[in-house]
Amino acid sequence: MRLTLAWREALWAFAFLAIPLAFFLYFRILPAFQALWLSLYEWHADPSQRHFVGLEHYARLLEDPLLRRALWNTLLYTLLGIPSQIALGLVIALLLQWTPFGRDFFRAIYFAPYVTPAVAVAWVWSWMLSPHFGLVNELLALLGIPPQPFLQSPNQALPTVTWVVVWQNLGFQVVLFLAGLESIPRQYYEAARIDGAEGWRLFRHITWPLLNPVLVFSVVIGTIGYLQLFTQVVNLNFTDQGGPLNSTLTLALYIYQLAFLRFQLGYAATVTVLLFALILLVTLVQLKLLTRRVEL
Amino acid sequence: MKKVLILLALVFPLALAQNVTITYWQYEFRSKVEAINELIRRFEAQNPGIKVVHQTFPYDAFQQKVAAAIPAGQGPDVVNLYYGWAPTWVKAGYLVPLPDDWAQRLDRDLVAMAQAAKVGGRLYGVPTAVRSLALFYNKDLFRQAGFAGPPKTWEEFIAMGQKLTVKQGGRFTQIGYGIAPDGQDHHLVREVLVRQFGGRPYSDDGKRVLYQGEAGLKALRFYTDWVRKHEIGVPGFFPGNNGYRDGFIAGKIAMIIDGSFALGTIQQGARFNWGVAELPLERPGGRKANFGSFWMHGLTPLATGPKREAALRFLAFITSEETQRYWLEKVGELPASKNLIRDPKLSLHPVYGPFVLSLAYAKATPFVDEAAQRKVMVDAINRVLLQGMDPAQSLKMAAEEEQKILDQFWR
Repeated sequence: MRLTLAWREALWAFAFLAIPLAFFLYFRILPAFQALWLSLYEWHADPSQRHFVGLEHYARLLEDPLLRRALWNTLLYTLLGIPSQIALGLVIALLLQWTPFGRDFFRAIYFAPYVTPAVAVAWVWSWMLSPHFGLVNELLALLGIPPQPFLQSPNQALPTVTWVVVWQNLGFQVVLFLAGLESIPRQYYEAARIDGAEGWRLFRHITWPLLNPVLVFSVVIGTIGYLQLFTQVVNLNFTDQGGPLNSTLTLALYIYQLAFLRFQLGYAATVTVLLFALILLVTLVQLKLLTRRVEL
Repeated sequence: MKKVLILLALVFPLALAQNVTITYWQYEFRSKVEAINELIRRFEAQNPGIKVVHQTFPYDAFQQKVAAAIPAGQGPDVVNLYYGWAPTWVKAGYLVPLPDDWAQRLDRDLVAMAQAAKVGGRLYGVPTAVRSLALFYNKDLFRQAGFAGPPKTWEEFIAMGQKLTVKQGGRFTQIGYGIAPDGQDHHLVREVLVRQFGGRPYSDDGKRVLYQGEAGLKALRFYTDWVRKHEIGVPGFFPGNNGYRDGFIAGKIAMIIDGSFALGTIQQGARFNWGVAELPLERPGGRKANFGSFWMHGLTPLATGPKREAALRFLAFITSEETQRYWLEKVGELPASKNLIRDPKLSLHPVYGPFVLSLAYAKATPFVDEAAQRKVMVDAINRVLLQGMDPAQSLKMAAEEEQKILDQFWR
């Protein structure tokens, strides 16, 4: 039997696609299911000595104060971080689009933190935020504000960490919005202007609705990022990770501590399953609520 | 002919053991990596049949690599670990017990704290070197303030600390003592102050928390008063991973309490005269106490068959007295052998001396879940320092939390 050219091309395409797919299945999907399986066992290095404990670990989830704290913190990070980075990103993107000169220069400036290693960022900020030597408190002193403990205070640490993450994500957010703004056809604005619309109304009725896809993407990707927050938290308080007093502990960090500092890999897998479910749920809800078909 | 036979008889068992390759893992620390490389060279020269592969990982990733590699059958046969990790590793099946004669050797030859390498009565590793705590002080700052020597009692320590602290507005520019609950200070409270004040942090079998008693409360209150009442220091004064040590090296902190493992870093960094002294006491002639700790070499379940024999031989080699002498020279860590630390040259040494003297009475905390237990004490201190909680309440919470961790492990 001879295959048509189209068929042969399709087969080649599938052959090439099969490689990344196999990779994806083996290294991504399979481990996810292994975690599910692992969460039902008491961990042991020797697989034959792993006791089946059923839902015992899931019961432990319900009465684990550290887990509750990590969940609560993660929620706070997301609620503080996402609106901040989206609002700031949008304002900066609009300003950049509006400015007649230096656009590339500023874009590079805003993007630089995003490509800086998170560890280096954490280091520099932990110096800038130091109560006794830091630049930030130096500036506050000029304004007559007493020195703030920032990362050392159980109350201020979480918002402070969020700020560092927002600062770092901002560049990416700006680039996303700039691309979104560029993709809005000029004609809409021209037509609206002919109809007498100006300023705020142009933004409200053209820019904002047409940015919806970028917005949805930003919220979903940003939320997943905050739900998996780890590196900055670890490095901003390296010798008391998640501290002070668990005030910056995140789910991802808690999983890491359980698995690799306390060797409780079974329970760590259970928390991972919870995080997985959470990300899935939040993402689906966001996609459902935020996505709008825009008709002009 | 006879000679040849004897030679053959000698060589034959070696020939049998030929081509055994074992793997040794430790975290990356330059002087330790270099020392082990040299020791492997010597060991391989003495044991022609055995090849040792040495692999290292950054400290932060070390336990993670071990956790993943051993179940996959790809990890180390001999592994280096902090003694406090041993119980969690044992429970999760990452270490196998050493033969009984090794425990006898440990009891006979090594300093008392090495007992902490036993879990549930069985021995899971042997150290090459041990560490203890001492007071580091900036001699230049001391001279400027008119102090002749380091403080002998905590009372002197506080008085000196106050004189060495400089505060401008709400901010400190220099502090007398580098407060570091998440540095070595949680050990200081738990193992040093509690004992100096006449208490015991844990029951002898390590299964019960005892520091919630009077001595413990006195210890926590006393320590947190350094910040709250006497203001000889402030948490997080100097930024960074080991801010208290960096601040000392920068000349902004007059005194810190640190382990002998910090000697190298301080020696390299400090551009002023500094000294080391045994920890201050509650009163002259008062009870001495110190926290001892060590990294040990253990055997993993991957070392089976001929690999186990080779691994044990390597273990014996890297914990021998000869190696311990070399280790002190090369890495600067104190030998674990009772014999070697008795050497007066060592106890009179201006820098090693105070640490060596403390080894005689230093105790290693019987951790079962080091990461969690460390946090309990750090949080107990921080609740008082950062939230103003009453030390009694904070200590009670800590004792309950830690007892739960102990019960969970021993159930």
